Amino acid sequence: MKDTRETPSVSRRDFLKSAGCLTIAIPLFGNCWLPEAEKTFAEELPGSLNRQPQISAWLEVLANGKLRVYTGKMELGQGIRTAIAQVAAEELDMDMSQVEVHLAETGKTPHEGYTAGSGSIENSAMSVRYAAAAARQKLLELAAVKLKSSPAKLTMANGHVLVAGGKEKLTFAQILDGKQITDEVRLPVKLKDKTTYRLVGKAIPRTDIERMARGEQVHIHDLRFPGMLHARMVRPPAYSAKLVSLEESTLKKEFPGIVKTVVNGNFVGILATDEYEAMQAQAFLQKHIKWETGQNLPVEDLPTHIQKQATKTEQVKSKGEKPDSPSISHKASYFKPYIMHGSIGPSCAIALYDQSVLHIWSHSQGVYPLREAMSKMLELPPDQIHITGVPGAGCYGHNGADDAAADAALMAMAYPGKHIRVQWSREEEHGWEPYGSALSVDLEASLDQSGKINYYGSNVWTDSHSTRPGGDAATLLPARHISKPFQMQSAGYTGGGHRNAEPYYALPNLQIQAHFFEGPLRVSSLRGLGAYANIFALESFMDELAEKAGKDPLAFRLTHLEDERAIAVVKKIQELTKNEKRGKNEGMGYAFSRYKNTATYCAIAANVWVDSSTKEIKVKKMWACIDAGEVINLDGIINQTEGGMIQAASWTLKEQVTFDSQHVSSLNWATYPIFRFSDVPQVEVAVINRPQEKALGAGEAAQGPTSAAIANAVYQACGKRIRQLPIEAALRQS
Amino acid sequence: MSTEKMKAKITIHVNGRKHTVNVDPSMPLLYVLRNYLELNGPKYGCGQELCGSCMVLIDNKALPSCRLPVDTLQNKAITTLEGLVRKDGKLHPVQQAFVDQQAAQCGYCLNGMVISAAALLEENKSPDEEAIRTHLQRVLCRCGSHSRVIKAVKQAAQPISPKDKQTQE
Ligand code: FES
Ligand code: FES
Repeated sequence: MKDTRETPSVSRRDFLKSAGCLTIAIPLFGNCWLPEAEKTFAEELPGSLNRQPQISAWLEVLANGKLRVYTGKMELGQGIRTAIAQVAAEELDMDMSQVEVHLAETGKTPHEGYTAGSGSIENSAMSVRYAAAAARQKLLELAAVKLKSSPAKLTMANGHVLVAGGKEKLTFAQILDGKQITDEVRLPVKLKDKTTYRLVGKAIPRTDIERMARGEQVHIHDLRFPGMLHARMVRPPAYSAKLVSLEESTLKKEFPGIVKTVVNGNFVGILATDEYEAMQAQAFLQKHIKWETGQNLPVEDLPTHIQKQATKTEQVKSKGEKPDSPSISHKASYFKPYIMHGSIGPSCAIALYDQSVLHIWSHSQGVYPLREAMSKMLELPPDQIHITGVPGAGCYGHNGADDAAADAALMAMAYPGKHIRVQWSREEEHGWEPYGSALSVDLEASLDQSGKINYYGSNVWTDSHSTRPGGDAATLLPARHISKPFQMQSAGYTGGGHRNAEPYYALPNLQIQAHFFEGPLRVSSLRGLGAYANIFALESFMDELAEKAGKDPLAFRLTHLEDERAIAVVKKIQELTKNEKRGKNEGMGYAFSRYKNTATYCAIAANVWVDSSTKEIKVKKMWACIDAGEVINLDGIINQTEGGMIQAASWTLKEQVTFDSQHVSSLNWATYPIFRFSDVPQVEVAVINRPQEKALGAGEAAQGPTSAAIANAVYQACGKRIRQLPIEAALRQS
Repeated sequence: MSTEKMKAKITIHVNGRKHTVNVDPSMPLLYVLRNYLELNGPKYGCGQELCGSCMVLIDNKALPSCRLPVDTLQNKAITTLEGLVRKDGKLHPVQQAFVDQQAAQCGYCLNGMVISAAALLEENKSPDEEAIRTHLQRVLCRCGSHSRVIKAVKQAAQPISPKDKQTQE
C-alpha cells in the first residue's frame, strides 16, 4: 500500500484540525493516585502474552522485510487494527506502511478469548508491544553479529538495522536469514522510552476507511467464492415452537432452483443457487409450514415481572451500618428495558465442509470459543474446524454473528463441497439476537448534617449479561433447534449485572445487592453490560440527592470523590460547559463514572431541549471528558466516545424491545426506531492522555453517564424526573 | 401462481457500462448489483427501504435499491459507490472527505452516506447543516458516526473554486 503520509507532525496536525476542531488532548505525566492492585502493571506481562509468550505467535517477519502482527481480536469498527500496528511500528521503529495486522483466525492467531469488555487495548495491543520490544532486542543482538558490531552501537529505523553512522544496513528478514524469532518474551522487557514516541498517542488515520469508500471487500457480507450457494432459514414463530409439518413438495414445484432443504428437528434451512430465489422460497415456506407454539411469554408489566422472577440474591458489597436517624433520606426506583444491538448489517456467515474440514468465515467476537461450541454442536473435533474472523457491521457485543455461523455450519455439513453463505434478514436479527437484559434498580440513601451521603443502598434485578459460546453449544441459536437439542448449562456470566452498581464515590456505609432472574427474552452482552442501567440510576440519583442537599450537582459529586483522575474529568467537563448559554426550555445535565470502577474515567454533559406541552425532546449537544490512561490512538478514542454518546443517547431516548405473548414484536426499524440525523446531537470530546498510566479500552465508558446526563438535563429543562427508560415514551406518559 | 420463476434478459447501465443479466425481472436491483455484477458498495441492511444501506444513484438521485425491481430500470443511469471513483483512480470529493474525516467506525453505513451526500451536492453546492441532516435522514448508522459524516459532507462541499462560485451566483 502506498504511503501518503508526510512527516508525522504535519499530517497529524492537519488531521487533528479536520477531525474535530473543538477536540482537546491534554497530556498529563505526573504521579497520579492509583488503586493498590494496579501498581504492579509494569512488572507483569499482559494477560494474553502470559498465555502465549512466544514472540513468533504475535509477530512474523516477512520475506520483503515487512512485519505481520497476529492478534486474536476482531476489528469491530473500533480501529483495533491501527492501534495494534501503531504499537508494533513504534517499538520496532518501522513505518506504519511496513506493518500489517492479521485478525483472529483459529490455528493462526493467538487465542485471546473475546473481543469485548474494552479489553483489546489492555490485552492484545499491550501483548504486541511487549512482543515487539522483545523482538527488537533479539534483532539487535543478531544484527550485531552479522555487522560485526555490538547492539549498543546499532540503530533501528524504517525496518532496517545499521551501525550508527554506517552505510551497510540489514532488513529484519536478512537479519533472520528468512527464519522467525524462536524466543519467548521474558521479563524484564525493555520498552521504548515513551517520551520518544512518534506514533503512539497520535491520531493515526485508519487505512481501512479508504478501502470501504472505494467499495473494496472489507466486510464479511462482501466475501464471494466461486460456486457459492445461498442459504436461508425458516425460523419458528416463537422461542419454543415445535415443527409440525412443512410442504416440501410444493416448495420444490414452486422453486425448482432450490438445491436442498435441510430439516433437522426444528431447524429448517433452504439452499439455492440464487440469493433472491432463496429469499422468495423462505417467504413461501414461512406460509406453508406448521408450528406448534410453545410456552407463552409473560405480558404483565415488565419491571414488576422481573422482580417477581428473581430466584437468587448476591450480596455484592456490604460496608458499615445504615444510620438510625438520618437527617435526610431518599428512595427511588429506576428501570431499563431490553435493548438490542441492532447492527446495521444483519449477521452473515460462510461455511464450507471439504475433505473432513469445516471452514467457517464469521464476524464472531471470539473465533476460538465459537470453535469449541461448534465442535460440541456438530460432534466434530476442534482440529477439524477452522474459523476465520472477517469484520462485520458494528456489533457492540454478542449479536447474531455466532448463530449465523452455526446456521452456515449446519447447512455446509448437510451439503459438503460448496461454500454456503447465510445472510440473516432484518426481522431475524431484530427478532432473534440476544438482547441486553432489562434491569430494575432500587436505590436509597441518607445524608448527614453537612449534606454528605452517609448511607447508600442499591438493589439490582438483572438477567445474565453474557451467554457467549464458551464451549456451551446451547449458546448457539440453531443448537437449541436441531433434533438433538442442547439446553443451556448455566446462566452464563451474571457478574455484569451489577457492574457499576457500587458508586465510585467515597461513601462510609454501603449495601449493594443483586437479584438474578431468568427473563422472557434471550439475552447476552451488550456494550457496557449492567453498567449502563446502574449508572443511569446512580447518576440520576446523585442529582436528586444534590437537590435534597441544596448543592450544585457537580460540586456535590466533587465532595464525594477522592481519586484525582476522577476529579480531573469532572472539573474538565465543568470547564468545557461553563460558558454555555441555555436557551428557553433547555437544561444542562451531568454525570460521571469510572467504568467497572477500575477502568476508564468519563464525565458527560448534555444540553437538552424539552417542550412540556408537546412532550417533544431533543438532545442538542453533548460533551465528554475521558481519561483512558495512556492513549494509543487519539482519534480512535475520540471516535469511540463520540459514537458511544450518540448510540447511548439513542438507547436512552428511544429504544425498547417489545414483545407479545408469542414473540418479539419490534422486528424492524419502524417498530424499533433508533436515532436518525434529525435526532443526533453535536458532540465534543476532550481526552486526557496519561502516557505513564496503563492503557485502557474506551469503547464502553460513555454509555452509562450519557443516559444519566440526559435524564438530569430533562429534569433541569422541565422539572420532570424520568426514572424509566426510554425517556421519550416515559415523557409522553407523564 | 406460476410453477416456475420466469427469467428474462435485462439490460441495465451501471457505472457507465451496459450489463445484460438473465434474472427474475422482479429481482430487486440490490441483488443484481451484488450477486451478478459483484459490486460491494450497496449493502443489504433491511430490505424495507428503512435504513439506506443499499443506496445507489439512479439518474443522479439517491434511492434505496433493495425493493426496486430490476426490470423498471432499463433506461436509467445507475451509479454505485464504485462508480464514484474517478477514472484515474482518484476518489470523488465526498469519498475523499470521508477518508480525511475518518467518518466511519464499522463503515457498514458508509455507502448510503456517501451516495446520499453525492446526490445532495449535485443539487446544492453548499448545503448548510440542516440540509445535510435532512438529506441523510434515511441512512441509519448504529456506531454513531453521524457527527463525522456531517463534517465530511461539509468538507466535500467546501472546495468551491472561485470560478465555480461565480457561475453559482
Ligand atoms: S437495505 Fe435498502 S433501505 Fe435498508
Ligand atoms: S459506521 Fe457502523 S453503522 Fe455507521
